[in-house]
Amino acid sequence: MTDTFATTTRPPSGPAPRRARGGFRPVRSIAKHALLILCALVMLYPVLWMVVSSLRPNDVIFRDPSLLLNDLETGNYAEGWTAFADPFSVYLVNSSIVVLGAIVGNLVSCSMAAYAFARLEFTAKRWWFAIMLLTIMLPIHVIIVPQYVLFAQLGWVNTFLPLIVPKLLATDAFFVFLMVQFIRGVPIELDEAARIDGAGHPRIFAQIILPLMVPALAATAIFTFIWTWNDFFSQLIYLTDPDIYTVPLALRAFVDAQAGTNWGDALAMSVVSLVPIFLVFLFGQRFLLRGIATTGGK
Amino acid sequence: MSATTELRSLGRQGSTAKRQNKVAFWFLLPWFVGLFAITLGPMVASLFLSFTDYNLLQPAEFNGLENFTRMLGDERLHRSLGVTFTYVLVSVPVQLGLALALAVVLDRGVRGLAFYRSMFYLPSLLGASVAIAVLWRMVFGADGLFNEGLGLLGIEGRGWISEPETALGTLITLNVWTFGSPMVIFLAGLRQIPRVYYEAASVDGASRGRQFLSVTLPLLTPIIFFNLVLQIIHAFQSFTQAFIVSGGTGGPADSTLFYTLYLYQRGFGNFDMGYASALAWLLLLIVGAFTAVNFWASKYWVFYND
Repeated sequence: MTDTFATTTRPPSGPAPRRARGGFRPVRSIAKHALLILCALVMLYPVLWMVVSSLRPNDVIFRDPSLLLNDLETGNYAEGWTAFADPFSVYLVNSSIVVLGAIVGNLVSCSMAAYAFARLEFTAKRWWFAIMLLTIMLPIHVIIVPQYVLFAQLGWVNTFLPLIVPKLLATDAFFVFLMVQFIRGVPIELDEAARIDGAGHPRIFAQIILPLMVPALAATAIFTFIWTWNDFFSQLIYLTDPDIYTVPLALRAFVDAQAGTNWGDALAMSVVSLVPIFLVFLFGQRFLLRGIATTGGK
Repeated sequence: MSATTELRSLGRQGSTAKRQNKVAFWFLLPWFVGLFAITLGPMVASLFLSFTDYNLLQPAEFNGLENFTRMLGDERLHRSLGVTFTYVLVSVPVQLGLALALAVVLDRGVRGLAFYRSMFYLPSLLGASVAIAVLWRMVFGADGLFNEGLGLLGIEGRGWISEPETALGTLITLNVWTFGSPMVIFLAGLRQIPRVYYEAASVDGASRGRQFLSVTLPLLTPIIFFNLVLQIIHAFQSFTQAFIVSGGTGGPADSTLFYTLYLYQRGFGNFDMGYASALAWLLLLIVGAFTAVNFWASKYWVFYND
């Protein structure tokens, strides 16, 4: 209604308000794009420089701030791969084990908890839900000391268990919340239809809800991947044996030991360590953005 | 047929509450175990340890309020509080301001929105990694990329990371650099504002600036609030970047000694775990207080449409 009102009362020469907002005025539009591209370039310059520099000989790296590459020098990669205490593949495998375990753990445990919060009635549900929300905000530092003592007594220090087992126990409450939000959007009529057909809750969960919440599961898997791959604090605490170092720990040990002499190798392996994140970002972006919108838009 | 099923389901409803308690328990079992064994249990234990002297090897020894009185005279702690507050209070508003500005620009029908959004979002996924912290060391080192760039402009650089006056600034820059994730949340929020409001406003002759102040901003305050709470909690817990950039020391001259870094040094460097637990609880109280103040203040500036 406002639409027709707006178009009929405006003088015919003036641009319609919608079109003005759409950026059709060429000068303004070009200026805006120029500004946005400049912003993006400034932001991504360090990362681009990192990639380019990793392909330069060590002595040139800091003398060339440009992104121009005269010839491809892959030596840093060949050298960096074996420059650490173990071949870099060892760290990649270690990180992958931790990441995979964390993803499986989060998918199973968080979806189960989310189903209960979204679809079942039980005693003091509101309280449990409130506690769950509060644990999202709990700094890990508050529990890390006793947790370390606990895992040390179980003999789990220098194994991947302290990094994986908590995920099997739905301690990443953020994902429980994300999935609860998602399940609430699934029409309850579907559950009811299944219940009339004689399905119990385990079947409704496994055969109705889980297939429908694939986008939420994907978002969980992707976020878990990125956060666990990047995680440094808990890996630093629980993994002290260099043979089971993950990628971040290996990078840190290498950079500290080198004390700034061999930046080429450090850069090359840094790039290698970011490749999985970049790939996940490239292929999973859709789910990431939707996941953020589900929890943040509310 | 349908009547009988309805009757049957009605008959079920009498015992639903009980039955669902049992089912719910099984669904929540992993979460319950995690909550008590990994979260609440250690929380209570950490509160207990904060009143003890404990070094992992000998049993914890109760020492009353000693850890807390020690905090009063602990100058490195005061320093780390100053560093952390500066970091949070500078980087979060700048980061959110930038996120909001770009979200507004992108929301106004820019062609290639998806491309720009991806470009701005990518750093927020990379920013927490050790690799980017290593990169930051190279960018802001004395002979790093940043100084090279300044040199082209004829400006003499400095050792941004090696000098106490500027080291924290490089970490603030790094946090600001990850503005993409709040920006995406802002974009999702902006999309929920009905277009009709803008049309009505422009009919009334409101300029674009006026529309932003009177339509966009008020309707976006819940999202701003959400981002603010989240980013503050997040920033208080920053650890990796300071650790890598300073080589684990918090230097130079403790200028990048984040609170969590100091806690790590006491607890896992010196195995002074009683004191570290007390520090952890102080952190929880500080973060809790900030969050509470945020919620209290939200009454005055957050506008709920419904």
